[in-house]
Amino acid sequence: MTQAQVQEKANIPALAEEPEIRHWRDYFTFNTDHKVIAIQYLVTTFIFYCIGGVLADLVRTELRTPEVDFVTPEVYNSLFTLHATIMIFLWIVPAGAGFANFLIPLMIGAKDMAFPRLNAVAFWMIPPAGLLLIASLVVGDAPDAGWTSYPPLSLVTGQVGEGIWILSVLLLGTSSILGAINFLVTMLKMRTPGMGFFQLPLFCWAMLATSALTLVSTPVLAAGLILLSFDLLAGTAFFNPTGGGDPVVYQHMFWFYSHPAVYIMILPFFGAISEVIPVHSRKPIFGYKAIAYSSLAISFLGLIVWAHHMFTSGVPGWLRMFFMITTMIIAVPTGIKIFSWLATMWGGKIRLNSAMLFAIGFVGTFVIGGISGVMLAAVPFDIHVHDTYFVVAHLHYVLFGGSVLGIYSAIYHWFPKMTGRMLNEFWGKVHFALTIVGLNMTFLPMHKLGMMGMNRRIAQYDPKFTFLNEICTIGAYILAVSTFPFIINAIWSWMYGPKAGNNPWDALTLEWMTTSPPAIENFDKPPVLATGPYDYGLENTRKGVPLSDPDPVLSAGPNSVLRAEPDESSPAITAEKEER
Amino acid sequence: MKIPSSIWTLLIGIGLTLVSLWYGQNHGLLPTAASDEAPLVDGLFNAMMTVSTGIFVLVEGILIYSAIKYRRRAGDNADGPPVHGNVPLEILWTAIPTVIVIGISVYSFDVYNDMGGFSPHAIHEAPMTSQVMNMPGAAIAATLSDTPPSTEPNENQEKSDQAMQDPATAAVRNADQIPQKRNAPGVGSVAPTLGPTPENEGKPPAFVVNVTGLQYAWIFTYPDTEVTSGELHVPIGREVQLNMTANDVIHAFWVPEFRLKQDVIPGRQSEIRFTPNKEGDYTLICAELCGPYHGAMRTQVVVQKPEEFEQWIQEQEVASAEELKQAVAVNPVDLTPDEFLAPHTSHMGIHPEMLHQLHK
Repeated sequence: MTQAQVQEKANIPALAEEPEIRHWRDYFTFNTDHKVIAIQYLVTTFIFYCIGGVLADLVRTELRTPEVDFVTPEVYNSLFTLHATIMIFLWIVPAGAGFANFLIPLMIGAKDMAFPRLNAVAFWMIPPAGLLLIASLVVGDAPDAGWTSYPPLSLVTGQVGEGIWILSVLLLGTSSILGAINFLVTMLKMRTPGMGFFQLPLFCWAMLATSALTLVSTPVLAAGLILLSFDLLAGTAFFNPTGGGDPVVYQHMFWFYSHPAVYIMILPFFGAISEVIPVHSRKPIFGYKAIAYSSLAISFLGLIVWAHHMFTSGVPGWLRMFFMITTMIIAVPTGIKIFSWLATMWGGKIRLNSAMLFAIGFVGTFVIGGISGVMLAAVPFDIHVHDTYFVVAHLHYVLFGGSVLGIYSAIYHWFPKMTGRMLNEFWGKVHFALTIVGLNMTFLPMHKLGMMGMNRRIAQYDPKFTFLNEICTIGAYILAVSTFPFIINAIWSWMYGPKAGNNPWDALTLEWMTTSPPAIENFDKPPVLATGPYDYGLENTRKGVPLSDPDPVLSAGPNSVLRAEPDESSPAITAEKEER
Repeated sequence: MKIPSSIWTLLIGIGLTLVSLWYGQNHGLLPTAASDEAPLVDGLFNAMMTVSTGIFVLVEGILIYSAIKYRRRAGDNADGPPVHGNVPLEILWTAIPTVIVIGISVYSFDVYNDMGGFSPHAIHEAPMTSQVMNMPGAAIAATLSDTPPSTEPNENQEKSDQAMQDPATAAVRNADQIPQKRNAPGVGSVAPTLGPTPENEGKPPAFVVNVTGLQYAWIFTYPDTEVTSGELHVPIGREVQLNMTANDVIHAFWVPEFRLKQDVIPGRQSEIRFTPNKEGDYTLICAELCGPYHGAMRTQVVVQKPEEFEQWIQEQEVASAEELKQAVAVNPVDLTPDEFLAPHTSHMGIHPEMLHQLHK
């Protein structure tokens, strides 16, 4: 009997029947089921991804030629401002929250999130914030001071657009704070009896680190934006130099969130990749504790590197050196993860399906972004390439080559659990091939462009850069095309794809120990841990780990204080149910 | 014959090192180096590129090798070996990157110092005096009204005043409207510099140019000459100091061939010192988003022989004298940007029609 069968035998009888398939209308309601909210998050954010992608292709179309000939410079600035804002705040950050919503309660064996209504509130802040932002394009006064919105420029461009931008980002920040609180409490208090911290799947460790980081850093951005809105709308001078304010203080407040934001965007997918690679390599994850602790290390170090965005603005020399060293050190925990993933694959029996291909693509392209990140940390070199296409290349290798490939890998991996149906593998591979080619074509030449002298955020450039820009633009079109096989595959498979079964990948983490899609409260009784989350191949050596005691009270163990009591149903609701 | 795996590892290691060393020197990613500071940065970049190539090839190599060699064969449904970890290996791959990044940090520190990032002047600006520490209200979060007016000199204001002594500079800057930031006690200069290189330490710069950034032009004024120009001309081989500030929003001074960049911020006086060492025309780029026509904010830096430079200065003095009279006669605040910039457009390489479009 394989480990997966042991694990399933211990848990599956709990839910033998096919759960009620939800009605499509449920997804448009204020539903409090974490799985419905997760799908709401993922579908909504994917729609915003498509909108952000269209904006990116408009930007690249303008950059096909050195002259300003496709849109006006004002519109061009709005396009890249909205592209960045949408991709960061409406796609990658909330997509991570979407996966966390689906997976955390299932992975820890809980019935739902700790605060289901708060969870729904957090989601329902996103659509209005996104619509607000896009409405600014329609009313013709979109923000155009860049997603960084540095004053004094942001104070002298359009007031309406900038005000909308601030309000929208504030809403989205609030949403992510609410989500983070929910994830933390859920993981700390609602693990199934017998599940200690070191039985947590690595995705949960990654979300612990991400949520802690979100809680510390996001309020600082909110404070900065509120002060900026006072400057903009009430004429104060916190950041306005003409009234004695200090624009560099805004940069500190902005980057205190926005640097950690890249870790908020990448850590969940580090977690997802740590789930995908061992399952499809059929090997235990190599260095479980090292990966878990490195997530926490990245989270902590991520808070003390922000001034590397300001090496060329108003920070003193010693501060530049301090932030150079902290930024460099972040490469160490990141490197630990990459080497652990490689060691996990080494000697395994790798199933090269779409989920695994995207995971391999993730490691292979993220490493380029990571290496250029170390280069950018070196102050003298950063002084040369700051605010150029080298930085654009670096951040896209991290956020597209990292986060977006991570999102795709996670979708291919968990789609069977979310929908109960398999995605088509052939079209998944087509999607992967187009994405990898498009991604490298678009962003690799940008390294050279930046170093040779092309600055970022410009609608017109030196004609000597035309050829490389042409390549980037074609790459961007390929990226646009690459989403079509995915969209069609996802919709078609959701409706007509082959039935997935409960555990199509023979995985060991608890989310696979229930039906696909999971029923409304996930498990009939608190699941028991028959194996560790990554004990692949153990049946060859010893006969698995003994089942933990199925009685939750008896098996409460040393960390029972951290766990919430099982929910007691309110007498009123019970009575109501009985009446029916 | 079966070659032992240790020999394979050795051969691959040697190959990897050679490839990295070669590519680190021959990547062709950097433009011409035209200042004394540029080769320092290039050396650092080449070193990083060497290490990076090694890491990149190693990671991609293992990834592709594993994907091919260890792919699941049809019909094989068994699991791989249950290897959970290996402490010496994990220590090794934690230690190696740590040593590498510390090495790069030390090298960067050294380059930064050689470029003049740590002029003692800048450190001197950050005194944590006993007077500061004993200031009433310093230890608690004092309200603004509790804080007595600082008696420390405002160095930014002094630098600004000094630059404004030059009538040509005063004509293009609007510093009277923007209060100059004061240094925060104990944290150093609010307008950091790339100062003199260690060998020029303590010497005044050979040559000073005042730089003013405004949407969407750079204006250069040469103190004691009455020259106002939209192009930066500098003589070759002499250390230049640029005293920079902005009139409206943040701009950034960047000449890729000099490997130098410094934000130009309203309310602050930033300085950079460098020595151009190769004759030619280079593009000066504004690197910080400054508005819709940010991409058009470009001009030339001309590095020329000292005698050609002198000749250029003399030509400019004659030409500027007339413009300056007009410019000084009216307060720039009363002019539209269009009118204000008009005298300078011929130098800036911007067509008057475009300027009109910018400010309409």
